Amino acid sequence: MAEELILLDFWPSMFGIRVRIALAEKGLKYEYRDEDLSNKSPLLLQMNPVHKKIPVLVHNGKSVCESTIIVEYIDEVWHDKSPLLPSDPYQRSQARFWVDFIDKKLYDAGRRTWRTTGEEQETAKKEIIEILKVLEEQLGDKPFFGGESLGIVDVSLIGYSCWFYAYETLGNFSIGAECPKIIGWAERCSNKESFSKTLPDSKKVFGFVQELRKKSGLE
Amino acid sequence: MAEEVKLLKSWSSPFGLRIVWALKLKGIQYDSIDEDLSNKSPLLVQCNPVYKKIPVLIHNGKSISESLVIFEYIEDTWNHNPLLPQDPYHKATARFWVKFGDDKVLPSIWSAFIKQGKEQEDAIDEAIENLKLLEEQLKGKKFFGGEKIGLADLALGWLANLVPVFEEIIGMKIIDEERFPSLLAWMHEFSQVAIIKESWPPHDKLIIKFQALRDRHLAK
Repeated sequence: MAEELILLDFWPSMFGIRVRIALAEKGLKYEYRDEDLSNKSPLLLQMNPVHKKIPVLVHNGKSVCESTIIVEYIDEVWHDKSPLLPSDPYQRSQARFWVDFIDKKLYDAGRRTWRTTGEEQETAKKEIIEILKVLEEQLGDKPFFGGESLGIVDVSLIGYSCWFYAYETLGNFSIGAECPKIIGWAERCSNKESFSKTLPDSKKVFGFVQELRKKSGLE
Repeated sequence: MAEEVKLLKSWSSPFGLRIVWALKLKGIQYDSIDEDLSNKSPLLVQCNPVYKKIPVLIHNGKSISESLVIFEYIEDTWNHNPLLPQDPYHKATARFWVKFGDDKVLPSIWSAFIKQGKEQEDAIDEAIENLKLLEEQLKGKKFFGGEKIGLADLALGWLANLVPVFEEIIGMKIIDEERFPSLLAWMHEFSQVAIIKESWPPHDKLIIKFQALRDRHLAK
């Protein structure tokens, strides 16, 4: 049976990016649909009635929601190519732990970097650096979090790299100065075709954030 | 090689309790250590340096933290009595409801418990909307996992254990018979399973502890 894959997504979403990269790593063809989040499509509302959020992967008419769950689903269904999780249970648990860490910490701190000012913003900037430093320690001397090849942690984190320019410009700080290893890692990732073809341009993301700030009265 | 399985938990935490249930359902022998969270052991701090929280599973000297990560590790390591369906789509669906429980249901019920006045009313409204979705999921099923207990049951099992405690303390019913017949039936069914029941923390002790927690929150 021909596989039908539709991805309901929003181009700057670091969560959507994860799914796009997972699909690219597996060499999968899919229909990409960019949602207008102020006017969500009937399909999105039908496929994710609980949260009404992107990303949603619709596979042969059945929907899978929540980016990390979607990435694991993709890895399980198309397990014969580019595995994103290691086979050893302990290594798997460590990969899942770090994906969870990224989910718990990075989005919120990142958001506060561009949405707040003064002391709140300073706190957010410090937090981002702390979080990235912890991740740098995990990376160590490996080229990727997954080791010699990309894994689920790389896939989960890379979507944030196109937001770094926005965080740095609006927060007036340099991520590279404090976390050079993360920048090096992001560059290695962007040399991979699945990433370079998928990641939105940082300046475009910055423009989007500026729009959001205008709408919130921050500009 | 003899398996050495240790679980660092606390006597009352629902996150530790869900791991106890998973280990028991799989018939895994383990030692448990109840941590005093106001005076964390060097072992806990060493095994979970990132969060310094329980539960932590230590298997042959290697530690795994975060209850949902531990669940998946247990499932990967001991594949008899599977807690997750084999089919990837059904597995993804089970994981979705596990996440919904932790991300939405738990915070909304906790909010309803520690607040008062209008804030509490709003929190209860939100909790009810979340619970309605669980009620819908349960329709016609004995457990979230179907005929047998699955991961979603273990992840949501704290509802059976703690909601009656919270309701007693705040003097209000959140999960009522009229709106949530399936959920109440499930709570009852789940509580009666021997492995689940025998690990239940003592009700009176829970009342004292959570009453004190609510008082502290209200005093802020």
